[in-house]
Amino acid sequence: MNEIDNKWIGKNTIRPDGADKVTGRAEYAADTIMPGMIWGRVLRSPHPHATIKSINTKKAEELDGVFSVATSADCVDFPVDTPVLLGIQDIRWMARNVLAKEKVLFHGHPIAAVAARTEEIAEKACELIEVDYDIHPWAIEIDDAIKPDAPILHDFIKFDGKPSNIAGTLEHKKGNVEEGFKEADIIIEKEFETAAVHQGYLETHACLVSVSPDDRTTIWSSSQGQFMVRAMTSFITGIPQSSIRAIPAEIGGGFGGKTIVYLEPVATILSKKSGRPVKMVMTREEVMRASGPTSGSKSKVKIGAKNDGKITAAQGTFYLQAGAFPGAPIRGAAGCCLAPYDIPNAHTFGYDVVSNRSKVAAYRAPGAPIGAYAVECVLDEVAEQLKMCPLEFRLKNAAKEGTKAVHGPTYPLMGYVETLEACLSHPHYKAPLKKLQGRGYASGFWFNAGGESSAQVNITEDGNVVVTTGHPDIGGSRASIANITAELLGIDVNRVSVLIGDTATIGFSNLTGGSRVLFASALVVTESTNQVIDILKDRASKIWKIDKEAIEWENGQARPAGDNAGNFKPLSLAELADQATPTGGPIGAGHQVNTVGAEGGFATHICDVEVDIELGIARVIRYTAAQDVGKAIHPAYVEGQLQGGVVQGIGWALNEEYIYNKEGKLDNPGFLDYRIPVCSDLPMIDTILVEVPNPKHPQGVRGVGEVPIVPPLSAIANAIYNAIGTRFYSLPMSPPKVLEKISD
Amino acid sequence: MAKIQVKTKINGEETEFLCQPYDTVLDVLRRDLNMTGTKEVCSSGDCGACSITMDGRLVCSCLVLAAETEDKNIETIEGMAKNGKFNVLQKTFLEHAALQCGICTPGMLVAAKSLLEKNTNPTETEIRYWLAGNLCRCTGYDKIVKAVQAAAEEMRENA
Ligand code: FES
Ligand code: FES
Repeated sequence: MNEIDNKWIGKNTIRPDGADKVTGRAEYAADTIMPGMIWGRVLRSPHPHATIKSINTKKAEELDGVFSVATSADCVDFPVDTPVLLGIQDIRWMARNVLAKEKVLFHGHPIAAVAARTEEIAEKACELIEVDYDIHPWAIEIDDAIKPDAPILHDFIKFDGKPSNIAGTLEHKKGNVEEGFKEADIIIEKEFETAAVHQGYLETHACLVSVSPDDRTTIWSSSQGQFMVRAMTSFITGIPQSSIRAIPAEIGGGFGGKTIVYLEPVATILSKKSGRPVKMVMTREEVMRASGPTSGSKSKVKIGAKNDGKITAAQGTFYLQAGAFPGAPIRGAAGCCLAPYDIPNAHTFGYDVVSNRSKVAAYRAPGAPIGAYAVECVLDEVAEQLKMCPLEFRLKNAAKEGTKAVHGPTYPLMGYVETLEACLSHPHYKAPLKKLQGRGYASGFWFNAGGESSAQVNITEDGNVVVTTGHPDIGGSRASIANITAELLGIDVNRVSVLIGDTATIGFSNLTGGSRVLFASALVVTESTNQVIDILKDRASKIWKIDKEAIEWENGQARPAGDNAGNFKPLSLAELADQATPTGGPIGAGHQVNTVGAEGGFATHICDVEVDIELGIARVIRYTAAQDVGKAIHPAYVEGQLQGGVVQGIGWALNEEYIYNKEGKLDNPGFLDYRIPVCSDLPMIDTILVEVPNPKHPQGVRGVGEVPIVPPLSAIANAIYNAIGTRFYSLPMSPPKVLEKISD
Repeated sequence: MAKIQVKTKINGEETEFLCQPYDTVLDVLRRDLNMTGTKEVCSSGDCGACSITMDGRLVCSCLVLAAETEDKNIETIEGMAKNGKFNVLQKTFLEHAALQCGICTPGMLVAAKSLLEKNTNPTETEIRYWLAGNLCRCTGYDKIVKAVQAAAEEMRENA
């Protein structure tokens, strides 16, 4: 194999796990089996809000074929008034979400679970469980939850000293908004609403758990973090982390929704009680009713600007649904919404509102699309009044290196301005439009994350490379890691195999989320690989009997660093691996660290729509997404992140919504009525990868996965206005709503 | 309830199984025959992840009863690579990064293959409508459409 002149960073290599995924060999959680395996099913609440007076599982236990039954009585007891924090999650809530304790808080809330010989028997046994409820009035929408006489979900949550469904608040402040608005020549203030939407990962939650009589537990599950699964299962079941081995199955999409557990602790209890491996797989309906979604919202945004286009002040108030337990992503809404702009005076507020809906889970840039939707729509109106091009208006107010953001930090080098300029010079910007077609623009920001990451790089006896990291690969991260390792070692990428370790085989790594994975794992893989190169030089120095400092590593070979070093024939990786034993033993290195320096990501999108005013259908006919991606290690998968995020945003804007009926139950728990974008709805999604390398990363990586879902909601709303002159302040802009508004 | 005995052909191989009258082909493939390449995502005919062909016709295996497959010819994702070689679509999907999580991929490939068997020169619109029953939440479909176009082109060149 030619080891000279390989350059892999920036190349669209074939992903290491690709062959398995195009042949059906890849093992997702629902594909796993074990000898003696039995099946678990969950009994769910038929009421949106009730106190559980008693649960009688006797009849279910007696049914032939039933092995075990679980309720919250089998879980560790976490007093409701004492926080138990694990990262951003509170285990008090997590435990009660996994199996309801004092109360059921939404229709579909798990109450008990049964493991039986078949799914059918488990299902039948669930029906035999008798639950005595004291049914309460419920609140689904934000307005119903925050009105003075609203039914209270959690008595001990207080706001302004009184029991309340407002579970938390957050604010960001800069300058003095009152003064800022006084300076403004025009001020626009508008109110907005968005519906709750689901992440819509196609793979439903699934796991297989086997617990031995000494509590040693193996979990195969689909999640965004095997270490998160281990920790949460340990908390809820009381089995120590050292006894739990969580093995990450391939994951069929998560988008944030698989950053918490639903089934794993339940299956663990069922397995422990039955002595049999237990498999649990959610149906699509269960996924829709009881996992995810992200918040619906209500917000109000006010922006003031001078006639010259300078923004003088901005204010935003965001109420976000948390579902049954506290934890709405208010930080994403209130923190990201003004981040692209240099605004002297600003004030944003977020309110975390509980109501009788399923507990929200993270969804791609949690909260940020909601905040950006309101702000970017108002900016469009301000630009229109000022008779400025919306992109020029944004350019005039754009944040740059050195700008102090409303949410706190002072920006280092970053490429927001470049995304605006890229859009201004893209042919899409000037392309002609026909009647009933319109063009809209919007920008967006996401924090991006670093956090704990571990890696191990081992040289095989035949001189190839195995890299192990600890973050589940959702969208091709293994391919990027292979590119980086091959580049550093100077070898062909096909000689690098990349694996995701389980909790027993690799050090702690934070979950796949926050757009952290490539940023963090590239850091630890780079450090590990550099250590391996150092070892390889050391081995060559032993063979040649010269100083290690006199050796350099180039194109997959150790070679003397100069004429003075001596005249030796270079030693390849394979030759050094062959000599590993006599020169000191196995060659490999690992690194684990809490990574820092993940800098934020910015994007600007252009969207064209065409509105069918007879049917009320707004159709996206052209889309261009420009984003500062830092450095694209594998450009095709970076483009894929942009395209996938944009299309989820299109679904959010145009069709997707949780619809509750009068009984407080979700009316559309399947893909027929909860309509995610399909292939024929869409055009190609053009991408512009702006590369302003992150100065705090060896390869310049910035997270790329989340920003792309931030601008589409408002880009589409602005485009529809441009097409038909009607502004929409409520999502989704679905055909019935569009028709109603046009006919007004 | 007495189980039904069924004899059918799967990816060219004679196969016999016992099933309940209410079992779907998808149930039997995944649970009883351990052929888990075909994916279950909605169980209601709305996502296409369970796509297979039955006597050459593209169907959702979650909507076909296993008992109906007597004497039929079933093709699944497991039969797509032949003699250890990728089908052209499998190759172009990899080359075009047309998968992220990959859960939709088996169904997408089976559906796309069935399109290209009928039409080796589909327009972008024809591809988009043919695949409209196959959901993908990760890719935004862009690279999937391009991978199908590339496969069609290769098939035409090699025809
Ligand atoms: S699982 Fe058959 S169409 Fe979705
Ligand atoms: S690649 Fe994940 S659903 Fe298509």
